[in-house]
Amino acid sequence: MSFFFEVLTGGLLAGVMYSLVAIGFVLIYKASGVFNFAQGSMVLFSALTFVSLLERGVPFWISFIITLLIMLVLAWAIERFVLRKLVNRSPITLFMATLGLSYIIEGLAQAVWGAQVHALDIGVSDEPFEIFGMLLSQFDLFAAAIAGILVAVLSFLFSKTRTGISLRAVADDQLAALAVGIKLNRLWFIVWGVAGFVGLVAGLLWGARVGVQFSLSLIVLKALPVLIIGGFTSIGGAIVGGLIIGSSEKLAEVFLGPYIGGGIENWFPYVLAMLFLLVRPSGIFGERAIERV
Amino acid sequence: MLYREAGQFITDYRADKSIFRLKQERWGFYLLLAIAFIFIPFIGNDYWFSAILIPFLVLSLAGLGLNLLTGYAGQLSLGSAAFMAVGAFAAYNFHLRIEGLPFLVSFLLGGFTAAIVGILFGLPSLRIKGFYLLVSTLAAQFFVLWVFTNFSWFSNNNSSGVITAPQLIILNHDFSTPVGRYLLTLGIVVVLGFLAKSIVRSELGRNWMAVRDMDTAAAVIGISIPKTKLLAFGISSFFLGIAGSLWAFTYLGTVEPHGFDLTRSFQILFIVIIGGMGSILGNFLGAAFVILLPILLSNISMNLLAGAIDPGQLENFQKIIFGALIIFFLIKEPNGLAKVWQTFKQRSRVWPLRF
Amino acid sequence: MTTNEHLLSLNNISLSFKGVKAINNISFAVNRGEICALIGPNGAGKSSLLNVINGVYQADEGEINFDGESKKNMSPHRSAQRGIARTFQNIALFKGMSVLDNVLTGRNLKVKSSWVEQVFNIGQAPNDAVVQRKKSEEIIDFLKIQPWRSSLVGSLPYGLQKRVELARALAAEPKLLLLDEPMAGMNSDEKAEMSRFILDTQREFGTTIVLIEHDISVVMALSNHVVVLDYGKKIGDGTPDEVRANPEVIAAYLGTKH
Repeated sequence: MSFFFEVLTGGLLAGVMYSLVAIGFVLIYKASGVFNFAQGSMVLFSALTFVSLLERGVPFWISFIITLLIMLVLAWAIERFVLRKLVNRSPITLFMATLGLSYIIEGLAQAVWGAQVHALDIGVSDEPFEIFGMLLSQFDLFAAAIAGILVAVLSFLFSKTRTGISLRAVADDQLAALAVGIKLNRLWFIVWGVAGFVGLVAGLLWGARVGVQFSLSLIVLKALPVLIIGGFTSIGGAIVGGLIIGSSEKLAEVFLGPYIGGGIENWFPYVLAMLFLLVRPSGIFGERAIERV
Repeated sequence: MLYREAGQFITDYRADKSIFRLKQERWGFYLLLAIAFIFIPFIGNDYWFSAILIPFLVLSLAGLGLNLLTGYAGQLSLGSAAFMAVGAFAAYNFHLRIEGLPFLVSFLLGGFTAAIVGILFGLPSLRIKGFYLLVSTLAAQFFVLWVFTNFSWFSNNNSSGVITAPQLIILNHDFSTPVGRYLLTLGIVVVLGFLAKSIVRSELGRNWMAVRDMDTAAAVIGISIPKTKLLAFGISSFFLGIAGSLWAFTYLGTVEPHGFDLTRSFQILFIVIIGGMGSILGNFLGAAFVILLPILLSNISMNLLAGAIDPGQLENFQKIIFGALIIFFLIKEPNGLAKVWQTFKQRSRVWPLRF
Repeated sequence: MTTNEHLLSLNNISLSFKGVKAINNISFAVNRGEICALIGPNGAGKSSLLNVINGVYQADEGEINFDGESKKNMSPHRSAQRGIARTFQNIALFKGMSVLDNVLTGRNLKVKSSWVEQVFNIGQAPNDAVVQRKKSEEIIDFLKIQPWRSSLVGSLPYGLQKRVELARALAAEPKLLLLDEPMAGMNSDEKAEMSRFILDTQREFGTTIVLIEHDISVVMALSNHVVVLDYGKKIGDGTPDEVRANPEVIAAYLGTKH
């Protein structure tokens, strides 16, 4: 029985990592209604940049700041050259633009920094420690703590600051927000910057866990089922969704896997999300769109 | 000035329905077919057939399949490669396990199997709309690949997991030579191309576009949304299945799951975006683009830059250029290369005037 | 008045959205072949009522009797099959298709050949294609939009789009035509033209028409029967003159004297 709980907890903690990535998506979706497929490559790019700086002897926090600045420049460039030209186009068009973006960023990342795997050590050991008879990873707990702090800070920003409220206005109706005087460009820059920051944090944590490598951007695809269950517009939902996906994936892999073959975690989250959508087409926390005819 | 409508009048509704309304277009197309079927086999070399023409044709067909689903019916899909895989493995298994089954029949059965799987994974589209549908097709992509990788029955319990495609003997002719494979692929693609054109011009094509443009209105005027959507998934997957069989049998020569991964699905989506959504011709233009660009780039690097860029880096540059092109097309010409071609035709109709 | 004369009758229809009662116990009947106008201030529930009639919204309570059949709720598909067609306030055309194609989709329930026959041009398809094209062209002629038949609907000006939407609705040869603000955004010339089209539709095809309209002069000139709504309730029901003299209607539109 305790084995079950151990797997479950392991899954929950892994789920927190998914949530971190999902939060980046939620931010951008809330602001521009775009599912930013490029989030994955942004995570990869930031992690690669950071790790490469570290390897060249740049101290931890300086690397962090430099990477953050680079992500901000990236955010600015994306807003200036892509988003601005695609205002008011259909969500599918915007999604495909982010697809193109992801290719550019990935290609850029590997062209500049190379394609090898980099190990990343951020100073938190992966030693397990015991609690209630279960072995838990210290690292996972650390990640969970970071995620918790992030969520708290972001939720506060969204509801209390002016930027946060403008963000919600923009998510609702871009043209109306413009009409009221909200500076769309500045807002998008802020949002993509914050998403870049969140991506960096996620990239660091994931990179420390599995090594900084190309497949990081695939991990990000898993954020999609997370968002579907949690809703695309809710940060809290991203957490819940992440927990559900993480735990169910782990449980399926350990308990179902031996019966039907290994590697279930590749498709299980997606099938789960698909079944979920059949029951609740807008996710647990998502807003149900009322179509006015 | 040669390309003019003057003197060509359409006098009844039946004539108005023909695909090529202008004599020049019709003759131009016949000429193209003649070149493709008769001329090229003589002047082409094996490299061109095997490495350029055949993948171009197969990818065009795959793009065509996806375009029916995404461009015409408006259902976004990232699972194209999975349906190709189903077609390939099904065709292989039918050919293997049923004695004396003609190749073409195996291909057809492969296509139908893919169609059924497509309809299955299309069922969620009845509840889920627009962007969320992505998850269903992603599920298909990952699940199908997992099935073919993990269950060796599909690969005939081959220990290496990679099956060599059997020799292509159809109607007592051996089509295994590069020219033979080219002609076989060309024949199938041309036939299916016409089929696709007929479908999109029929009531079903109109219903697809109606569902794509505004499905609530489509329901209100009496179009059956479930039937329209499922037919889209089914027919699209049929085309993708045949493309998959061709990919395995006439291009690669092996049947393996690896080549039908998510990257392939993306590639097909790119073909559709660059070529033009909601177009038949566009898929050919897009596929040509996707096949030729890497070759162009490596040629430039080799000849103009004296091989200064290594192949790995070249791939990265390719990625960047592809991504940039997608964004460029989405901004400037969302209807892709097909629209560019159409505009060109329009302009030449009235040339040397401007409008 | 026998019920045979009523093509449509609504009995005690109510509908709420998240606690707000959009339609509050409304009943009225529409005679065959008449033009019935639904008027009332904004938010009175007129569009919602239209949506209930053709099944886009499902009423919480009440019953709809259409052409002799009583149902609590109909799906949009079913109501199209039974002969109800409509236009929308915000133009629900298929913007990626040509005018002719849009009108042809309106005929989808009248097509006699299956899509398979059409693809291979066998069986009923060749003749049926000509029939459908002929009928569509008749409607296009009727609404005078021939020059634009091959144009992409999305590229047409607003007034023309509204006519195309009417054409698509008429292509279905409906018994009941629901028009949601067919003249919104038009100047007086365009309104006069659209009014003529609506009258011609009634006269030539015998279609029963229910329309939502804000321009009172248009309503008075066009309709045989007027129903007035305010805050989801019916406050007037009769001929244009009767309704015009109704004190409750005057109060709702002009405000009461203090």
